Amino acid sequence: MLESHIRAERGKKEILLMTHIVLGYPSFEEGFQIIEAMVEAGVDLMELQIPFSEPIADGPVILRANQAALANGATVEKCVDFAQRVARTFDIPFLFMSYYNILFQYGLDRFAAFMARAGLKGAIVPDLPPEEGEDYLRIMADHRLAPVFIFSPSTPDTRLRSIAACSKGFVYCVARKGVTGSDTRFTGELESYIERCRRATHLPLALGFGVKDKRDVDFLRSKVDIAVIGTQTIRLVDKEGVGGRRMRRWRLGLI
Amino acid sequence: MINRGYYEGFGGAYIPEILVATFDELVDAFQKAKNDPHFWQEYTSLMSSFSCRPTPVTFAENLTRMFKGPRIYIKREDLNHTGAHKANNVMGQGLLVKRMGKKRVIAETGAGQHGVATATMAARFGFECTIYMGEVDLERQRPNVFWMERLGARVVPVLDGTRILKDAINEAFRDWVTHMDTTHYVLGTACGPHPFPEMVSYFQSIIGKEARKQIMDLDGRLPSRVYACVGGGSNALGIFSGFMDDPVALVGVEAGGKGLDSGEHASRLCSNDARIGVAQGYKTYFLQNSDGQMKKTHSIAAGLDYVGVSPILSHLKEAGRVRFEAASDEEVLNALSLTMQKEGLIPALESAHAFVQAFKEAPTLSSEDSILINQSGRGDKDIFTIADAFTDPKWREFIKKKAEGYHA
Ligand SMILES: Cc1ncc(COP(=O)(O)O)c(C=O)c1O
Repeated sequence: MLESHIRAERGKKEILLMTHIVLGYPSFEEGFQIIEAMVEAGVDLMELQIPFSEPIADGPVILRANQAALANGATVEKCVDFAQRVARTFDIPFLFMSYYNILFQYGLDRFAAFMARAGLKGAIVPDLPPEEGEDYLRIMADHRLAPVFIFSPSTPDTRLRSIAACSKGFVYCVARKGVTGSDTRFTGELESYIERCRRATHLPLALGFGVKDKRDVDFLRSKVDIAVIGTQTIRLVDKEGVGGRRMRRWRLGLI
Repeated sequence: MINRGYYEGFGGAYIPEILVATFDELVDAFQKAKNDPHFWQEYTSLMSSFSCRPTPVTFAENLTRMFKGPRIYIKREDLNHTGAHKANNVMGQGLLVKRMGKKRVIAETGAGQHGVATATMAARFGFECTIYMGEVDLERQRPNVFWMERLGARVVPVLDGTRILKDAINEAFRDWVTHMDTTHYVLGTACGPHPFPEMVSYFQSIIGKEARKQIMDLDGRLPSRVYACVGGGSNALGIFSGFMDDPVALVGVEAGGKGLDSGEHASRLCSNDARIGVAQGYKTYFLQNSDGQMKKTHSIAAGLDYVGVSPILSHLKEAGRVRFEAASDEEVLNALSLTMQKEGLIPALESAHAFVQAFKEAPTLSSEDSILINQSGRGDKDIFTIADAFTDPKWREFIKKKAEGYHA
């Protein structure tokens, strides 16, 4: 179970790190090396994004990674095969992240059955609010997979609770308004939002959008369970390439 | 979420969590306005003083004589201020923005008609205004870009994706998730998450309300068929709504581009290339591949060059209430020429799609019948595209001279 795994790891560490990569970007082979380096460097969980042509919740960096992956010929079939290889090779939890149409066209049942077989733990689908997710929730439950839903600062308390009731594994707290990639201000306002999230659920909390360096992770330490490094992961890959040593230094720099 | 707006399985609100509260606020403001008996009156009186409502219905006497078939009537949405039906939706949403107390509006635009209409509304109501427009459309609708900027709007070129309408919609959503506290997104057609399909159709229903009355006055009876072009579907739903409960055939005409077999078209409801999917916040027929990636579309008319279609139209197609046809780029240019030469009317390239199908069917109808075509907009904005299509030598010479003038 994803939740108990996260709790056990949290028993050993003050905060866990989840990174995000786009499948097929820069290429599948390089993606594999990135994952290998990250796992070696001690990253705790990873989000594998299946690229989509219309990623409306993503900012320019991830948007362009989606487009580049598709232009390089990343199909859903290739992504799924790759994810299976990764999940069977490395011993950390992997989640799929994608937009709903990808799951819908693949077939929800087929998608979930595949995830269960391949050993993926759950999925994050940013354009699927729980209200639209009746079939998805049922099918994920049938396969004992974790549907990870999202909290946002504009979500009222009652709604936080109803979202938490659908979520499994953990809840993904979006740090602020806007798309992925822009800066987040790590201030008291964010702190009171996190407290509001805590009061709404007993599930572990992940926080993402704009987390980029040690200062940000330090701020989140003991406030949330998982710091999500999304865009910054892709920027790192763009800047530094896929070398393991740099990746390791980077992670040590974060914690 | 208050309400998700489904039409027999099409529609919904597939939105990121950060926008849910904003949509709830919008649904609430729209419901209150709809239930306020003064609101529709406020809206129609604004449209009669700021735009040109009611727009007339014109009897196309020469075309009627030429086809020797039904009497042909044309609803003149081109006579709206800014030259298209887009003004109806925009001014309606503008009134809602005032009610919600927001100070900034954003919009996507393809043909530029919706962008220009939004820019005029923003100027009139004192809102700040940003328009997103795909780079490809910026080039082919340059006159409208000029007007938007003169009206005080910021026009942001969209360089991602296929650089047309759908990509402009994505960018507008990205702006909105950042600035929703102060900003309203004026979506330009009956697509997107609930309540947009319902809300845009509601404002556009002014076309059908007027048209039904006008044609009854002019012709003494209902038309046998009503034709409208279909991009996102707003002008079609607007005119169709007036005849929904009548024994009138409703015909939506999509962009056939270079032909339905060529793969270069934007026909979602009358080609075999579209499948039901979820994108841009709603469920409908999309032109997409088997993975669910959206395809590149093509039309000579920027306003019809779109991957999705109103969920209300998807429903009406499956219910058999609306028939869908396609018109090719070439047919559109021919219909446009004919309409200009016979009637002195200048339909937009988008609108000319509806004329194509009406002209195909007119000879098969009897002189007892009448038909109604929605001329959704005027063609002035298309001067560059049309001049190129007809390789007009004098226009070309003029542009060359003009360019030399700038070099000097
Ligand atoms: C003149 C005109 N007609 C039609 C359309 C297509 O939109 P809809 O299908 O929403 O009426 C546009 C869109 O830009 C337009 O400018």
